[in-house]
Order: sequence, then C-alpha cells, then structure tokens
Amino acid sequence: MNAEANLTEVAPEREIAVAEGDTLVKVKDLSVVFGGLTALDSVSFDIRRGEILGLIGPNGAGKTTCFNAMTGVYRPSQGSVTLEGNSLLGLKKHRITRLGLARTFQNIRLFGEMTALENVAVGLDARHKSGMISAMFRTPRHYREEKQIITRGMELLEFVGIADRAFDKSKDLPYGYQRRLEIARALATDPKLLCLDEPAAGFNPVEKEELMELIRTVRDEGYTVLIIEHDMKLVMGVTDRIVVLEFGKKIADAVPAAIREDPAVIAAYLGQEEPDGTA
Amino acid sequence: MSSDWISFDFGALIDSFWATTFDGLTLGAIYALVALGYTLVYGVLNLINFAHSEVFIAGAFAVVFFLSALGFGPSAPTLPIGMLILDLVLAGIIAMVVSGGTAVLVERIAYKPLRNRGASRLAFLISAIGMSFVLQYIFYEWRGATAEPAVTMFRPKPIFEVFGSIIDSQQLTIFIAAVVMMVCVDQIVQRTKLGRGIRAVAQDPDTATLMGVNKERIIVATFAIGGFLAGAAALFYVMRVPSGVFYMGGFILGIKAFTAAVLGGIGNVRGALLGGLLVGLIGNYGATILGDSQWTDVVIFIVLILVLMIRPNGILGSNLGEARV
Amino acid sequence: MSAHSPLSSVGAKQAEAYGKLGHQRPNWYLRMKSWWNDRSRWQQWLILLIVVVLAYLLPVINPPLITTEPSNDFAISCFNMALYGLVALGLNVVVGQAGLLDLGYIGFFAVGAYTASLWTSPDSPLVHIPYLWTLPLAMIVTVVFGIALGIPTLRLRGDYLAIVTLGFGEIIRLLATIVPVLKGNTGFQNVGRPPGEIDGAPIFSASNGLPWYWFTVTFIVIVMILLGNLERSRVGRAWFAIREDEDAAEIMGVPTFRFKLAAFGTGAALGGLSGALLAGQVGFVNNQKFDVPTSILFLAAVILGGQGNKLGVVIGGAIVAYVPLRFTALGGWKFLIFGIVLVLLMIFRSQGLFGKKPKLLTYTARIRRKVKKEGPPGDDEGTPPKTAPRRGGAA
Repeated sequence: MNAEANLTEVAPEREIAVAEGDTLVKVKDLSVVFGGLTALDSVSFDIRRGEILGLIGPNGAGKTTCFNAMTGVYRPSQGSVTLEGNSLLGLKKHRITRLGLARTFQNIRLFGEMTALENVAVGLDARHKSGMISAMFRTPRHYREEKQIITRGMELLEFVGIADRAFDKSKDLPYGYQRRLEIARALATDPKLLCLDEPAAGFNPVEKEELMELIRTVRDEGYTVLIIEHDMKLVMGVTDRIVVLEFGKKIADAVPAAIREDPAVIAAYLGQEEPDGTA
Repeated sequence: MSSDWISFDFGALIDSFWATTFDGLTLGAIYALVALGYTLVYGVLNLINFAHSEVFIAGAFAVVFFLSALGFGPSAPTLPIGMLILDLVLAGIIAMVVSGGTAVLVERIAYKPLRNRGASRLAFLISAIGMSFVLQYIFYEWRGATAEPAVTMFRPKPIFEVFGSIIDSQQLTIFIAAVVMMVCVDQIVQRTKLGRGIRAVAQDPDTATLMGVNKERIIVATFAIGGFLAGAAALFYVMRVPSGVFYMGGFILGIKAFTAAVLGGIGNVRGALLGGLLVGLIGNYGATILGDSQWTDVVIFIVLILVLMIRPNGILGSNLGEARV
Repeated sequence: MSAHSPLSSVGAKQAEAYGKLGHQRPNWYLRMKSWWNDRSRWQQWLILLIVVVLAYLLPVINPPLITTEPSNDFAISCFNMALYGLVALGLNVVVGQAGLLDLGYIGFFAVGAYTASLWTSPDSPLVHIPYLWTLPLAMIVTVVFGIALGIPTLRLRGDYLAIVTLGFGEIIRLLATIVPVLKGNTGFQNVGRPPGEIDGAPIFSASNGLPWYWFTVTFIVIVMILLGNLERSRVGRAWFAIREDEDAAEIMGVPTFRFKLAAFGTGAALGGLSGALLAGQVGFVNNQKFDVPTSILFLAAVILGGQGNKLGVVIGGAIVAYVPLRFTALGGWKFLIFGIVLVLLMIFRSQGLFGKKPKLLTYTARIRRKVKKEGPPGDDEGTPPKTAPRRGGAA
C-alpha cells in the first residue's frame, strides 16, 4: 500500500525495537511537585506495545499532570519515563515527539488559521528534512516531501473521516472534526505511542461510539494508545487495561472488569460511577 | 590598552573608585524607581510597558515647567531651606500626578481595547511600542529636539567623607528618598489589601476574579503606582541631570531600568531595588574604564544579554506571580 | 496561486463578505478577488508580469499627481520606496511570519551599510574590494550578528526579544558614534558602486536614481520568489505554527529554536543587503542615519502592509517611504503619524491593509479540485474507511 512505501522512504529507521505485548513505555516513581503541592506522587506503570491503556481518576487526580510530565511539558521532581528503554526526561519536546510519542490536547490546540491539511502537514514535517536551501530552491527532496504530504496527509484525513474539509481553516471546522483533526495531526508524526487527552470531551453518544471505533482501528494498525478520559463507558468499552490515579497516587492497575469491582476505585469516585458505567 | 576600536583604562577606575561608586548608587536608586514600574506591570499583565519611559519623562517635563515657573533657573537659587523643601516636594507631587495620569491614560488607550478583543501578545507589544513612540513625538512636536533649559535645584553640600570621597546632600537625598519609597511600595504589596489583589492577579487572573478581586481596578492601580514612582524618579533625575529633559530622555533610561528589573528578577519588588543599584554601579564602572559615558549604555546592554543568557529569572528570582511554565 | 476554479457558491461568497471584524467587505474588493481567482494560471502570471514591468517604468513615466517632484527627485524617491519595500520583506519574515518582534531591525541595516562603506570607501583603513562583493559580505556579516543576538534571546519569551532588539538597535548607533574607526559623524564618503559606464560617466551614481531603483526592484522580485518558496515548505509551515502556538508546534515535532534562529538570520540578511544598497546609492554613511525611530517606521511598514503578506508589506514599505517624500511639509511629523497608525491598526485592524494567511502547501492544485468536486472516497456517514495508514514496523 502507498502508506508503507512512503513510510520507508522517509523514515527507514522507524522500526519498533519492542515486540508486541512487551513494555514500550515505562513510567517509574514519577513525581511532580509545584511549590508546596505534590501533583503526582511516585506513580509507576507500564504501557505495553499494541495495547490501549486508560488513565482515569477523579478531577485533580493528576492525569494531565502525568501526561505533561511524560511529554516534556512539566519537569518531574523525581522518577523516570522511558520509551523503548530511552529516557525521555529533560529532553526538548520536539525530541520526545521524534522518539515516537505524540499527543492530543484536552483543550484543542490546533493551528487555527491553518487548513486541516496544513495542520497535518506540520505533523508530517516532524519526519521530514527539508531546510532553508531545499525549500528556497525546490530541490528534489522538497518535491518528494511535499508530494508525500499530499498523499499521506489526505490518507490520514480520510482515515479520521474529515477529508471533505481538507482545505478549510481548522478554526472553521465543526467541533467533532477539530477533535478528529487533532488525532490525525498526532498520527502524522508517526508515533509509537499515541496519547489522547480526553478525546471524547463534548461528544454525544453517537460520536463517542464512532471515536471508540476509530481508536480501535488506530490500535489495529499497529499504534499503541494511552487515553485519559472521564467517560466510564468509553473507557470500559475501548481499553485493554486501566490505571487509576487519586490525589496523585496510583490506586489500581488492572483490566476493566477488575477495575469496575475494585472498592478503592469506587470509593475514589464517591458514587460518581453508576452501575452501568456512565460517569 | 588602547586602539582605534576600543580602549580600557583600569587606572581611572582605581583612582576614582569611591566617587564612582557613590554616584553609581545614586543613579541606581533612580533606575530602581523606574524599574519598579516595569516590574509591577510585567508581573500583573505579563507585558513590557514600553511607554513607561515616556511616563517618566512626562513627569520630568512637569518638574521643569513647575520649577521654571517658580523662578528656578540654571544657577542654584537662594532660598530659605524651608521654602526649598516645600518647592521640591510640590514639584515631586506634581510629577507623580502627571506621570501617574499618563500611565493610566496609556493603559486605557493602548492596552484595554486590546484586552477586550483578546488580542495576541504580539499585538500588545506592538501597541506598547507604538504608544511609546507617539508620546515621544508628541513631546518632540511640542518642545522640539533640544533639551529644556537647565533647572538647578540646589547646590550640593558635602555631608560625609568616606574613603577619601565625598557624599553630598544631593546624593544622600536621592538615595534615601528613593529607598524609603521603595520600602513603602514593598510594604503595600506585601501587607495591604491592594497588594494582595496585585499579587493575586499576577499569579492567576481568572481565579482572582472568581475570588472577588476587581481585575480592572487592580490593573489601573498597578499602572498608577508605577506612574507615581516614575514621577518621583523624574524629580530626582532633574535634580541629578538638570539639562537632561528632552523628548528622547526617557528612552535610554527606560532600557537601563528594564535591565535593572530583569537583573533583580522581573516581577520582584525587592529585585528592582537590587537590580537598579547594580545597574547604576556597573554602568558607571564601565564608563570609567572605557573612557566615555556613552559606553555606559553599551555595557548595560551587554549585562542585559548576559543576564538573559545565564539567569533569566534574575538574581532574586521572579516571584510576584509564580514562575510560569 | 489558485488554479482556475468554478464559480463559488453564493454561501461561500457570503462567508467571504464578512471579514474578521464582521463587517461587510466592500463589493469592489469581492469582485476583484473573484475576478482574480477566475483567471487561469497563465493569465495570472501575465498580469503579474505587466505589473512588474509597470513598476520598473514608474520613475520613467513620472505620473504628475503621484510624483514627488519638484522637492524630491522622483527616481531617487522610487529607489527609497523600493528600499523600504525590501526592508519590509526582511522584517516580515521575522515579525509577520515567525511572529518574533524585532524592534531593532535598523541595527542590521546599519551593519550592512557600514560593511559596504568599510570595504569600499577611501576613508576606510581596510582593504578595498569591488562594491558588488560587499553585498554578499554584508549579508554574511549581518547574519553573524543576527545569530549572535538570537542565540541567547530566542530561547526566551517574545517580550524579552523585543526589548533586547530595541537595545541592539540603539547600541549599534552608539557604537557607530564612539568607536573611532567607525568615524561617528564624519562618516565615510565615496562609498563604492556597481561597475559600468555610459559615455564616460558611471551608470550608478548618487544623482541618478534610476539604475539603483531597477537594481533594487530586481532584488525585490528575486527575494519574493525565494520567500514564496519558503512559505510553501516545511520552513514556512514551521514559522506559521510557531507564530500560532509555539508550544503546540514544538510538541508536534517542530524544532522551534532552530527555526526561530533561521527566521532571525533571514531577516538579518535582508536588512544587511538593504543597508549596503542604501550606502551605495547615497554614497555617504555616518551615524546620523540609523536610529531607533527608523526601526519603528520599518515596523509600521510591515504592520500597515499586512503581516505575512509579501506583496502587502512591500506596498506598506513603499507607502511609509513615499508619504514624507511627497508631502514634504510633514517633516518630523511622520514619526508621530506612523506611531498613531501603529496603535490604531493594532486596535482596529491588526491584519493591516492586505493581511491574509498565505498558502503553506505546494502542488495542491489537483487535489484541491478533486476535494471540491467530489469529496474523498469512503462512505457518507463519516465512519472511518477500512483503508487505514498502516503503522510501519514488524510485529
């Protein structure tokens, strides 16, 4: 298929060193302290290649803090985060993305004035090498990479289902399209781990169902996924394993069926969780 | 060492070390007062108020006009000490009102409309520099390019002699008055309700509003305080540099004062005092070594670059609001 | 440049009519815009060619109402307009594209002018080289300055960059005054010029603006083409993303520091080139020409023309140069006027006269047509098609 041919052309070293099922990302004793507040307290968990891992917890539990510490936005006060054995701590954010960790944002952070395809292009550019000279003088490398943006970019937009608005400014897109564009843009960076920060916020049940289908397809195509979510139905329905945080600490780490029965988790949510799993 | 490009004369510094130091501290106190204006506005709005230099020079113009009207001129007047003090205090108050008013005016015209429109940071900065420019050239059109006629307030009398150098009444007045004012501002920020409001808005404007703090009032108050301090600095500036009041007079002093704010820690009130004194000293030492007072500006600029490279949070750290990620 | 496209639907026209501020755009503007979009590609290029030819001929035509004579020689005025246009192009890369506020652009301009003077003027102690060689030399020297200035400051927030560049502009002026070799007020005379003579008199001289004007316009055309290529590339997209949301850009894999430095360096190079051109035309360089207020005029040119729009900022530069030359009574008022223009623009129309988002992708004509006509393959309900981009790597 075209996608494979283009992938090897541009990024031949993008094989994943880890086998299916083995640990891809290891978070160990991660702590984040702001002034007097311990937002994250010695949290440890693994993310295995090929799984969909959910990260849940009541408001303020530290989920987004954990995310931000993994992606280089916050500096942890102690602990480690490794991807395929490489430490991510202290690296600049774009280096972390190059190593294979991509994310979406809780409050959408698209490049509003750019079109949908252009947003995806920025993600694809993470793997490109054109610089000032190539661009100014339109070298063959520039030509190759720009063409690849069109083919792979449109492919990604079709994959998430928004290709009909490829040339509209992203700020003009409907909300559901914007959320899906964020996913397409993150996928464009060709990640090993895709981190979704509340991807279903603001969706109605039908849209949530479509999103779950999309996430499963993403995983089937070979990506590993980490999701932060509040919606229990979505989390229970799509994840293979769940890690639960409360007040910055990990309180559970098991398959969804076990989490549902876990008294500590139920207590943490203090009756917010209904028996049928809606938040 | 001397050449066609640049020459160093350390001997000159050693010879006049203490005199240079005391003078540097005096200038530094003036810089510190202006720096406070920059630092407070930056802490609260995250914005460099470029027009602050013109707020300062407006106060200086006011001082010169007022004192000239009272009959002060290039040579020091003969007045009973009580009269003199009264005139100077009045001049100071007028300068503070003029500068404070200018500051608030700038805020209302150039920044508030942008806040209402949710403009980008770049837009604020451009508006700020535009406003600074407009004010400069209003002064230029009104009073021309040459400096106002010198207004000498009093002949400095030697008070102390330390290490062979003289500290005179002018230096003492400026230094003590400036430090007193800064301590007052520090206390206001630390202990009063207004100060708490300022610190709250600096840390987190949205939460502050939710807690009942009137953000707009705090912003106006911050600009006003900065303006008052700049007005006081203007009085001392005219005292120290009687012939330095002209349309561009605020510009270079503004950059030095901002360097002071960054050096001490932007958003940090005590940092502004420390930074100001240091900038005054370093500028003077540099000018003595390099042989030309215009080198002061170059030296201070290099200090700014070095601080930004090595320790952008300043010596005492930014602490009005939390250091943002 | 848009390919031939079918007539837009009424809805799209309506949407276009409501610009950023929600006002109705004037009808003539909309009509012009759709007329332009309806032209085929070769027609658009032809029109541009005619415009460029007219631009070259402008000083020769010397139209009566527009001319700056008798007070200012029109050819030299045109040269100044073109020079400001070139400066605006350079500053646009820094401010308009990457969103970095450089308030001391005059510094680069001065470095370029002094480089040209130091290596060609008989007043200078340095070895002499032909004037044309000083053009690339000026660009290299300014890039070095730009990078030296950028490395410590581009890591920090935008506000710090603004004040540091402001200081830089002033420092360059001061150095020109107090460093003995740079000759302060006396300056350098008889700065070099490109070679060539007609009837025994040099073609390029201080009194004949026409060859200098054509020389500069040629540079503008070349630079606009190169900058256009940059826009529609990985570099241009990175700059745009940095301007929109620097943190998000970095998280999406953009090496922001490197690209900010590249923008700064590019702007510096163009500033240096402009300075060297000015030095050549006027033939005399001293410390009076390079002050911070002129830097602010440059900024006004970019903001007025429309940040991010190459042609717009060239026109903006031309306007800023033209107004004081045509209306000589203004004199020093120009600073006040353009300062007020800056503040008003920020409040009421931050996109300037011609601000628009440029296209950031190349080779999109075909796919654009396809998307407009038929929509993408896949079913209508919006569920993801089964043809997914397979992730590389063996199991």
